[in-house]
Amino acid sequence: MQKLREKLYRYRMKYSDRMFDAFNIIFMCILALVFIWPLWFVVIAAVSDPIQVNIGNVLLWPKGFTIDSFIETLKYSLIWSGYGNTIFYTVVGTCLNIVMTVCAAYPLSRSDFMARKFVFYLLLITMYFGGGLIPTYMVVRNLGLVNTRWAMIIPGACSVYNVIITRTYFRTSIPESLFEAATLDGANSFQYLTKIVLPLSKPILAVIALYYAVGHWNDYYTALIYLRDNDLLPLQSVLRDLLLSNKILGEQGGFNMSEEVERRRLLALTMRYSTIIISTLPVLVIYPFVQKYFVKGVMIGSVKE
Amino acid sequence: MQAEGFWRRLKKDICRNWILYVMVLPVIVYYVIFAYFPMYGVTMAFKDYKIKKGILGSPWVGFAHFQRFFSTYNFKTILKNTLEINIYGLLVGFSLPIIFALFLNYLKSNKLKKTVQMVSYAPHFISVVVLCGMIRIFMDLDTGVLNSLRNLAGLESVDFLSVKAWYKDIYVWTGVWQGLGWDAIIYMSALAGVDMQLHEAAIIDGATKLQRMRYVDLPSLKPTIIMLLILNLGNMMSIGFDKAYLLQNPLNLAESEVISTYVYKQGLLDANYAYSTAVGLFSSIINLFLLVGFNALAKKVAKESLF
Repeated sequence: MQKLREKLYRYRMKYSDRMFDAFNIIFMCILALVFIWPLWFVVIAAVSDPIQVNIGNVLLWPKGFTIDSFIETLKYSLIWSGYGNTIFYTVVGTCLNIVMTVCAAYPLSRSDFMARKFVFYLLLITMYFGGGLIPTYMVVRNLGLVNTRWAMIIPGACSVYNVIITRTYFRTSIPESLFEAATLDGANSFQYLTKIVLPLSKPILAVIALYYAVGHWNDYYTALIYLRDNDLLPLQSVLRDLLLSNKILGEQGGFNMSEEVERRRLLALTMRYSTIIISTLPVLVIYPFVQKYFVKGVMIGSVKE
Repeated sequence: MQAEGFWRRLKKDICRNWILYVMVLPVIVYYVIFAYFPMYGVTMAFKDYKIKKGILGSPWVGFAHFQRFFSTYNFKTILKNTLEINIYGLLVGFSLPIIFALFLNYLKSNKLKKTVQMVSYAPHFISVVVLCGMIRIFMDLDTGVLNSLRNLAGLESVDFLSVKAWYKDIYVWTGVWQGLGWDAIIYMSALAGVDMQLHEAAIIDGATKLQRMRYVDLPSLKPTIIMLLILNLGNMMSIGFDKAYLLQNPLNLAESEVISTYVYKQGLLDANYAYSTAVGLFSSIINLFLLVGFNALAKKVAKESLF
C-alpha cells in the first residue's frame, strides 16, 4: 500500500513536471515570435509591393517582391551625409572613449596609486548627480562646441559605468604577481600597461568598445541639443525626420499627375521600412558575431565591488 | 604633523607613480569641466539669470523658480505622468525579466535556450528613434499593420497613440519588448551559479520544477534583484527623454508630458534657462533621496546595499 502510494506520487510528480516542460516550450516559442515578428515585418514590408502593404496583405511573407523602396531611399542625399557623419562620430568617438576609459581605469586598478580613492569618488558622484540639461549646455556653449562636430564627441568622452567595469576586469583577471615580475624586469607603469595589461584585456576592451560604438551609432539626443546645421546631423536625426515627422518621403514637386502622386505616396510608406533597414543594417550584420561579447560585458558589470 | 606626513607621502607617490598621475589628469579635467562645472551651474536655479550678467552676476531670487513650477497649471499632470510611467514601468519592466530568466533556465534543450535568448536581446540594439518610428508606423491609423490585424479580427481601426488610456501601456510594453531579454542576462548568469546540490536535495525531497523555482532559484537571485531594484528606484524621476519626446503628439500631450521633456522645452526651446534648471534640479534631488533612502531601507531589511 505504502509502495503504491509512493509510485502514484512519483507518477503525479513527473506528470506535473512534464506539463511544466511542455508549457514552458510553447510559452518560450511564442515569446521568441513576439520578439522577432516586428523586426521580420519591417524586412518583408520593405521588399513588398507598397499597394499590398498598404491594404494590410503583408503579414508573414513578402508579396510582390520589389526593391524600389530601397532605390528611392538611397536617392535621398541626407541619408548619405547622415551615414557619413555617424560613421565619423562613431569611429572618432569610440577611439577617444577607449583612451579615456583606460586612462581612468588603469590607475584606479593599481592598489599602490595613492589618489585612487579620491579619483574613484570624483567619478562615482557624477553617476548619481549631474548638473542637468541647461547647465551642461551652457558649459558646452561657452567652450564654443555648439554646432560643431566636437559636440558629438567630447561631452560624452567617458562613461563612469564602463570605467568601473574595466577597472574590475583589470583587478580581478590580471594577477598582481605579473606586476611585480614586470617591475623587477625594469618595466615602468606605462610599459606594463601596454605590454601586459592591454594584451590580456582584449575581451573587456572589445566589450566596452562595442558598448560605446552602439551608443554613438544610436545617439540622437546629443545632436538634438547641440547641432543645428543639416550637414552635421547624424543618421538618427535624419531618421527622426523621415520616420517621425509628417514629412512625406520622396515628395518632390514636379508633375502633378495624380497617378504618379499616388504611387509616390504609397512608396513613401515602404520607404520608411527600408530606411529602418538601411540604418540598422550595420548593427544587425555584426550582431550575431559580437553578441557573446555584449553578454560578457553584462556579466562583468554585475560583479559588485 | 599628520598633514605634513600626508603631503610628503603624496609627493613621494607622485614622484614614483608620475605616469599614473599623467594618465589620470585628462580624465579629471574632463569630469571637472563636463560634470562639476554644470553642478556649479545649478546655482542658476536660484537666480534671475541674465545672459549678459552671467551666472555669478545675476541676482539671487531664492526659490522663486521652484514656486513657479509648483504653481503652473500642468505641474500636477507632469508629476503624475512621470511617476505613473515610472512606477508602471518598474513593476512590469523589472519583474518580467526575472520571471523570463527563471523559466528560460528550465528549458531542457540547450539549442532552444540559446536561440530564444539570442532572439530576445536583438531588440535591445535598435535605436530609440527606430523603435519610436516602428511604433508610429505599426500603429498608424490608416496604414499600420496593427490596424490591419484589428480589421482582420473584425474591429475598427484605431489611432493607438492618441488614445489617452493606452499611451502609458504602449510606452511601457514596447519598453518590455526592447529590454526583456537584455535585462534577463544578469539573472541567467546568477542562476547558472546556483549550487546543483541544492537542486538535487530538492528533487530527492520531491519538489516539482515550479517548487524548485520558487524555493531554490528565487532566493538565490535575491542579492541581484535587490541591487538592481535600488539602482532602478534611484532613477524614478529621470524617465528617458528620447522615447517620451519622440512618442509625443498634440493629442496625447496630457499623458505624455514628463519632467525631462518639460525641461527640454522650457530650457532649449523657450530659453527659460534658470527655470528649466530649477525643474531639472527638483527631479534630480528627488532621485537622490530615493536612491539613498531605498539603499538604507535595503540595508536594514535585507542586509544588502549598493554602498
